[in-house]
Amino acid sequence: MSTQAVGMRGGRWAAFQRQLQDRPSLVLVGVLLFLVLLIGIARPGTIGGTWVANTILFAAPLGIVAAGQTLVMLTAGIDLSVAAVMTAAAYVAASQSYFGSIRAVILALAVGLVVGLLNGLGVAIFRVQPLIMTLGTGLVISGSLLVYSLQVSHQGPPAVPDIVRYVGSGKLLGSIPVSALLWGAIAVIVIIGLRQTGFGRLVYAVGDNPTAVRLAGVRGWLVLLVTYVLCGFFSAVAGLVLVGAINAADLSLGDVYLLPSVAAVVIGGTSIYGGNGGYAGSLVGALILSVLSSLFTLLDAPDPLKQILYGAIVVLLAAVYVRTAGDTG
Amino acid sequence: MSAAATAGRPPGGPRFGRLLRRNAWTLGTYALFVAVMIFTISIHPDYGPFEVQSLVVGALPLAFAAVAQTCVVLGGGIDLSIGAMMAVANVLAARYMLGHDFQTALLISVAVLFGGTLAGALNGLIALRTKVPDIVVTLAMSFVWGGVALLILPKPGGGAPDKFGELASGSLFTPWIPNGILLLVGVVALVWIPLRFRGLGLALYAIGSDRTAAFRRGVRVGPTRVFSDALGGFLAACGGLALLMSTGIGSPLAGTIYTLSGVSAIVLGGVSLAGGRGGVTGPIVAAFVLTLVPADLILSGTDPNLGQVIQGVLIVLVVMAGGLAPLLRRRAPRTTDETGVAAA
Repeated sequence: MSTQAVGMRGGRWAAFQRQLQDRPSLVLVGVLLFLVLLIGIARPGTIGGTWVANTILFAAPLGIVAAGQTLVMLTAGIDLSVAAVMTAAAYVAASQSYFGSIRAVILALAVGLVVGLLNGLGVAIFRVQPLIMTLGTGLVISGSLLVYSLQVSHQGPPAVPDIVRYVGSGKLLGSIPVSALLWGAIAVIVIIGLRQTGFGRLVYAVGDNPTAVRLAGVRGWLVLLVTYVLCGFFSAVAGLVLVGAINAADLSLGDVYLLPSVAAVVIGGTSIYGGNGGYAGSLVGALILSVLSSLFTLLDAPDPLKQILYGAIVVLLAAVYVRTAGDTG
Repeated sequence: MSAAATAGRPPGGPRFGRLLRRNAWTLGTYALFVAVMIFTISIHPDYGPFEVQSLVVGALPLAFAAVAQTCVVLGGGIDLSIGAMMAVANVLAARYMLGHDFQTALLISVAVLFGGTLAGALNGLIALRTKVPDIVVTLAMSFVWGGVALLILPKPGGGAPDKFGELASGSLFTPWIPNGILLLVGVVALVWIPLRFRGLGLALYAIGSDRTAAFRRGVRVGPTRVFSDALGGFLAACGGLALLMSTGIGSPLAGTIYTLSGVSAIVLGGVSLAGGRGGVTGPIVAAFVLTLVPADLILSGTDPNLGQVIQGVLIVLVVMAGGLAPLLRRRAPRTTDETGVAAA
């Protein structure tokens, strides 16, 4: 049947197009390779083992926060508090390192879990629109963080705990970034979890058709709640990895990650209307965005211009994806 | 189950009761404003024209941002680039008005407003042509406009003739009614009243509440969407100019907070983010509430840094209360958003 269809459309080009439509991720990998090629042309000799390791190192926080954003967007939601959670987790870890690394990390992760729980309660039980709920919690978190930072500032400047620094910027065997391993582990868990477990299928189901889920007797609110808690948790982890890589905490550390976290997921082919997509695409999306910003850095463009190009390319990539994958909305 | 469904429907009571119920949220916003105002006067007994004036000047940019967002959201969209467009309008005006007289400043304002309209229409066109969800398009465009603002004016600077600032802070009739409030009412009336009583306004509400039904009814969905986005751009440019009137200088980063606080204001003002429901007075009053609350906090001696926390808590509590009301009234098998999904 498929041969007949190809025969009818005729030509290899049509077959290739169909192939692309069936596997839009091929387009993504193509875009990624194209960008790497551009860097290779712009600055010959940069591409190598070290470059790859560093790119992955800088992509890791984005990739991890995109994992949470993917889960939420699969349920037809959006989490605008991820950037605030990243900043808060990073700052809490840095300011609490005085009392021991383990305690600092646990507190930082707790920030993510609590915010995720709040978001989940609002969205799942009170039926607040995800956009406005996460916007509100984001405001609360960054405001509370400001007050908190003024209170702890007399304890001395925040110092990033050693363990966080190791996870964020350390390298195993001299070349493999530890954060890449962490990212890889999270990626494997999320991808397999979404594909193979009942919870994963429920995440898709809740995003696709909440009415059907309720009629099937599933506690959809519980699925939503867990999804938002996971998103908060991943955001906190991403914040820790980020502060470990940068080795300095401030109150606007995670802000720049809000658009990329949404963009990586959208470029990666997860529909913002829920029920469609997956983490593998977001992963490539995060890599594309990181390579893109390293390309801008190499080209030494002024910051405002970088920002303009970045925004324009995000729209362009999303448009290309929607076009090749057909109408997802 | 069917009994529950009929019980969930509002009974056709007397007209006044229906009016009250339909506008309960907006009336609640007014009540909140009155309560906050009473509180303000109680902690600040010599509340006078100067305070009214500074409140209006402070709230003006947010009020415009809220009305801009209202126009877009009523049409079923959302615009996360409003703050960035405000920043562009702000720095553009500040850069070119510096050292010119009032007439030139007005001419520049007209040009800026025109540019804002085009920028808003561009958002709508991109979302329409590429079929990328508007939340993604406008989020990305907020980056683009943010960059443009930085290109125009890398650091806060520029300026405007004093008379331009008096458009907001001066008072034409009595010191109790600053020009800013007249300006706000004037601009909004100019945009809103023709819209409200024309087919276009109806089309805007129609595509916001059910796009498929509107399309089948013969509403030109695409142009109406672009129109609502263009209107949002126009009002965002108004907000940028208002920002210049209130601060006196241009700042490339000052606009950004207005995206999120604008969304807060419309939610507080009773506009449904799902589209098609709400008015324009609620968000304006909400903008004044959101400006008054942090000012009150400083006056009453609370840590002013808590302002953002209070604002966030206020939004979350208000929307949670909004979600709780139908939940308590009836654990109905069908809430409005689900029927919407089922119909689509």
